Amino acid sequence: MTPITTSHYLFVSLALLLIGTAGVLMRRNVIVILMSIELILNAVNINLIAFSKHWGQVIGQVFAIFVITVAVAEAAVGLGVLIALYRNRGTTQADEIRLLKW
Amino acid sequence: MEALLFYIFAAMTLSGALLTVTRRNPVHCALALIFSLLGVAGLFLTAAAEFLFAVQILLYVGGVMVLFLFVIFLIHLEEAAKQRQYSRQWPVALAVLAVVAAETLVLLKTGLGSLPPKPLPRLNAQGNTERIGDVLFYQFALPFEAASVLLLVAIVGAVWMTKKREAAE
Repeated sequence: MTPITTSHYLFVSLALLLIGTAGVLMRRNVIVILMSIELILNAVNINLIAFSKHWGQVIGQVFAIFVITVAVAEAAVGLGVLIALYRNRGTTQADEIRLLKW
Repeated sequence: MEALLFYIFAAMTLSGALLTVTRRNPVHCALALIFSLLGVAGLFLTAAAEFLFAVQILLYVGGVMVLFLFVIFLIHLEEAAKQRQYSRQWPVALAVLAVVAAETLVLLKTGLGSLPPKPLPRLNAQGNTERIGDVLFYQFALPFEAASVLLLVAIVGAVWMTKKREAAE
């Protein structure tokens, strides 16, 4: 087998990003949309780690830690919004939530 | 061996991600996402990021996904699982995705050629975790504190939003 290079990681990251974007754009369930956002952020992390390995520097990994922090905060706030939304509107389907649409 | 591990973890990541996006039941989606995130953790391990491997498993698989599963159990999703799963705009979404994929592939193709070959000193000369700690606390001390403030705001916001309130008169 050919040795693994940085571009291998980049292509895995690209595929993960596209799958996550497809989930965000196409699914109706808000919980699955939040999960797809986690997929996108993980694709970013794979990119950062790949370049951290490529350059032999550890700063990319520190950046990945910040990305993980933001992802955790996003999940907590997003799920809080979801629970408040379900309590008030009784639905978790993204296209049934159209209070601001006229 | 290293290549084999990489392909195994990449297959875990991508198959889990595909199942996450396509499954009907949100619990199955969450379990597939756990599988995918474990694959990402394995990719971190093959890229010599041992500390992030541990963080990924502890935080994502142990923390975030448990949070997701709790919320799924709090919300009745039975009727949502029986309804249509994809929104009506899916052809537009696929077109946008194709454009993004083409653009990124072109960028990768042109960019990878000009990427210098790796200098590759050993990444873990004195231990991955020690080096991350050094960089995090010396060079990135201010962003570190900002991240802690961000987490505090997120905690307070999440608690405030999920609190039951009396209807305001």
